[in-house]
Amino acid sequence: MRLAYYPGCSLETSAREYNHSVQLVGRLMGVEFHEIPDWSCCGASAGHTTSRLLALALAARNLALAEEMGLDVVAPCAACYQRLALARHELAANPSLWERVNGITGRPFNGTIRVKSIVEMLLSAGTEKIKSLVVRPLRGLKVAAYYGCLLVRPRAIQIDDAENPQVMEKILRAAGAEVVDWTHKTECCGASLAVSNEEVAIPIISRILKAALAAGANCIACACPLCHFNLDIRQAKAKRFLANYRPLPVLYLTQLLGLAMGQGERELGLEAHFVETRSILKMVG
Amino acid sequence: MATLKLDVENPRELLEYVQRESGQPVEKCYQCGKCTAGCTVAFAFDLMPHQIMHMIRLGLREEILRAQSIWLCTTCVICTARCPQNIDVAAVMETLRILARRQKALPTGKARPVALFNRLFLDSIRKHGRLFELATMVLFNLKSGHLFREAETGWFMWRKGKLKLTPTRPRGTEEIERIFARLQEVEGEEDRR
Repeated sequence: MRLAYYPGCSLETSAREYNHSVQLVGRLMGVEFHEIPDWSCCGASAGHTTSRLLALALAARNLALAEEMGLDVVAPCAACYQRLALARHELAANPSLWERVNGITGRPFNGTIRVKSIVEMLLSAGTEKIKSLVVRPLRGLKVAAYYGCLLVRPRAIQIDDAENPQVMEKILRAAGAEVVDWTHKTECCGASLAVSNEEVAIPIISRILKAALAAGANCIACACPLCHFNLDIRQAKAKRFLANYRPLPVLYLTQLLGLAMGQGERELGLEAHFVETRSILKMVG
Repeated sequence: MATLKLDVENPRELLEYVQRESGQPVEKCYQCGKCTAGCTVAFAFDLMPHQIMHMIRLGLREEILRAQSIWLCTTCVICTARCPQNIDVAAVMETLRILARRQKALPTGKARPVALFNRLFLDSIRKHGRLFELATMVLFNLKSGHLFREAETGWFMWRKGKLKLTPTRPRGTEEIERIFARLQEVEGEEDRR
């Protein structure tokens, strides 16, 4: 499978290990990535909360660039995925708006390509394909699959059910892990407030950690650099709200999959996390 | 309790504006409160989502545009997903936030840093095409008056090689500049109308 690759701003910096693990696992699964030359920021929440037209135009420029390559595009960052997929949907539903946005970008997008989330990319080959690549099953791991908001809402672009999605669980089970049933898998982590209003974001983060701990998880799997930053680096601050706190490693779905597929911790960037991931490595053996 | 100012002359003006801009039938809201019950940030809101929905119908423009809630909304879209009337409540909140910005309603309290962060974020994209995290954070700290906010986080990221000291500039930044410039033109025209 050949795909245009849209890394997004975070994967160049704070989520470099996500970038590496996606590329590593993708290649193992036979995906050929072609990074979009000169991609620009999707606009993120700052864009769409400021102006609808701006949000659409910033996303549409990147969609047009991928279209020029003639390839469907995969965006591993959940925020980028949501912005690109939603822009595509909104433009297709409204021809006059579409024309207007094409006029603003000066780079017409014709709607001939699709936007894929990382989960869709991983599942497109089927769970049997994943199983066939597993050399070190994640036995002993109890994973809380965390979707956050961006992958499952709004309805037009959701990868699975908005309240109790199961697609990440499917992948994790194929990798030999046990998944826990828990309450906060599609709650928002508050990332958009983490910089501007930390005192509001920290309780939101702690609620999610509390739920994962209560469910008996020994790690969290996520597929979003913003969620990861919040749940991993800000865990140090969130733990003061938790009575029975124990460190809860937060790994990208592709890092866990990479481990199962025999990749090394260094290649997968496990050392780049704030919460120690050594406990996970020991369990996997 | 402050006195509420009803718009007696144009009681439906705000409702019609919000319904047009968001494409959402705000009038169908029957005040069940599910949006508020599921809201991620309700505990920090000054006006609850279902209250805002009702206040739009009452035309309480100033009270709504002054609310911190419309800026604190994380647009996680839980409210929309759970609305039994299929109203996209998150889109309504977004319409209100955009209206507040275009009417230059000055955000106060917790809303101020949100507006500041969004502006600096977009400035960075306009200038570099991609987000330059480090400069954006430093500027935010300077302008919000908390110089050493998240200094430890910055130090951690630096040690882990997660902080870039220079922006990555893709080619085509003039295209990005053109998008922003055209948008200002378009919105300027709309605002004058």
